[in-house]
Amino acid sequence: MSALLELEDVGARYGPVTALRGVNLQVDEGEIVAVLGANGAGKTTLLRSISGSVRRSGVVRLAGRAVGRGSPDGVARLGIAHVPEGRGTFVELTVAENLRLGAYTRRGAIKDDLARVHSYFPWLDDRSRQQAGTLSGGEQQMLALARALMQRPRLLLLDEPSLGLAPLLVAEVFRIVKELNEREGTTVLVAEQNANAALQTAGRAYVLEVGEVVLSGSSEELGADDSVRRTYLGY
Amino acid sequence: MASVESPRAQLGIRGGPLRAVLDPVAILLVAAAVALLVGSLRSPTFAELTVQGLGSGAVYGGLALALVLVYRATHVINFAQGELAMLTTYVAYQLMQWGLSYWEAFAATLAIALVLGSVLQVALIRPVQHRSVIAAVIVTVGLFILIDGVVNWVWGGDFKFMQEPFGTGSFDVGGVAIQHLYVGMLGVVLGCVLLVWALFRFTKLGLAMRAAALRPAAAALVGVRVEWMLTLGWGLAALLGAVAGLMAEPSQLFLSPSLMQQILVYAFAAAVLGGLESPAGAVVGGLLIGVFLTLIVGYVPAISSELQLPFAFALLLAILLVKPSGLFGKRQVQRV
Repeated sequence: MSALLELEDVGARYGPVTALRGVNLQVDEGEIVAVLGANGAGKTTLLRSISGSVRRSGVVRLAGRAVGRGSPDGVARLGIAHVPEGRGTFVELTVAENLRLGAYTRRGAIKDDLARVHSYFPWLDDRSRQQAGTLSGGEQQMLALARALMQRPRLLLLDEPSLGLAPLLVAEVFRIVKELNEREGTTVLVAEQNANAALQTAGRAYVLEVGEVVLSGSSEELGADDSVRRTYLGY
Repeated sequence: MASVESPRAQLGIRGGPLRAVLDPVAILLVAAAVALLVGSLRSPTFAELTVQGLGSGAVYGGLALALVLVYRATHVINFAQGELAMLTTYVAYQLMQWGLSYWEAFAATLAIALVLGSVLQVALIRPVQHRSVIAAVIVTVGLFILIDGVVNWVWGGDFKFMQEPFGTGSFDVGGVAIQHLYVGMLGVVLGCVLLVWALFRFTKLGLAMRAAALRPAAAALVGVRVEWMLTLGWGLAALLGAVAGLMAEPSQLFLSPSLMQQILVYAFAAAVLGGLESPAGAVVGGLLIGVFLTLIVGYVPAISSELQLPFAFALLLAILLVKPSGLFGKRQVQRV
């Protein structure tokens, strides 16, 4: 196992407010890693500082090479797919156009990719001409995953995929994330408030509190940790 | 504060065919088309005026589309759009002076306009764009004055005469004399509009441009170079403006620095009538206004062609008062 993503002393701030401080984090090739934390702990900022959508300090490396700052489109071209908070759906465009945009960084035909995406989400085929904004929240989350899959990313950043979804759908979303990871070998870093769902899917996790990593370890260790159980798992 | 579209707008402009038939805007447009057709069949003068109106209207629509493209991408109203079109028409004039044929100069001018629009966006708009929309709008007003000055300085303010692109002949359709000029204007502008539409609708680049205009942050995350797409949007707008300017010139018989000043007002009216965010609306709005103004001037003796401009202003005001979202616009609901 080699490190696909490394963060060294990464920090970020919004004006005078520090949102992230001295974060060191590593994700190995083929892993699913979760970032847990309460609202405002810095999970979203962490993902944004990787994808370049927020000004950051410190070093981010993808497969040993430094990732530039301040240019999300450049980061996307390196092979990092970031499904942001709110899913980043182009609600005015059709489902098919959303998928084509997912493959924007790639050259050549995307027919095979569409077929692959439809094997995961068969219903998307029938909806391809529908306006994406008319999909339900769960469907939009699936569309966001499908869009990211079209990019054939080396690393998938997922921001709170469970947000606003019914428990059954949350389970479905994480099942698909796991399947993508196993079948496509996609490495995943997922920020999640729903620690239960995230720990069942991820191999390892980091816990963020007020912008700092306070705890990290395998999902089993963290699931058994008293403070994690009390704060994030609720039992 | 997020701006949310009304549910009806979200559910789709592309409803079923029945829905389209029952749409009041569609009924209005079909009624207008039928009225024009019936009028044209009954009276040769009416037919001539209608064709003339469609020709001028296409020019208004072309310039209106340029305004809408820029507005959709950056929410900036480019007040210099008309002057930019005038400048590129002078460029075409100069190219013809240097010996190019009309259509060679036409093609070269479109390419120059594309580059010029892009360069202006990078040099003047991009630096202020992130500060505020108003700053960018003020820059466009400055650009208006600058271009006016430059053209007067380089070419002088006197009238210039260009070649006639379509000659002075006319078709004879059942006793109605339809001038080549107006058919040509309509055809060339609509042809260019169709090409731009096809670019947006069918190409990867066009899709990326739409995504960059609609959701810049999300577009960047899938790898779209958002800034460059906005730049290209300005280039395309300048190109459409150049088409409008070149097609406006023959109907005014001469070229002067005030070529586009009235037309800019008509184009604003057309864009607002169409809904400001709707490319199709801008073109349809331009055609409607062109036909409407031509018929009014042709049939109401009290309104001479000098009164056309105040009339266009009145129309603009009336649209803003009665239906500010325009014919094809989406009503914007602000969630606060």
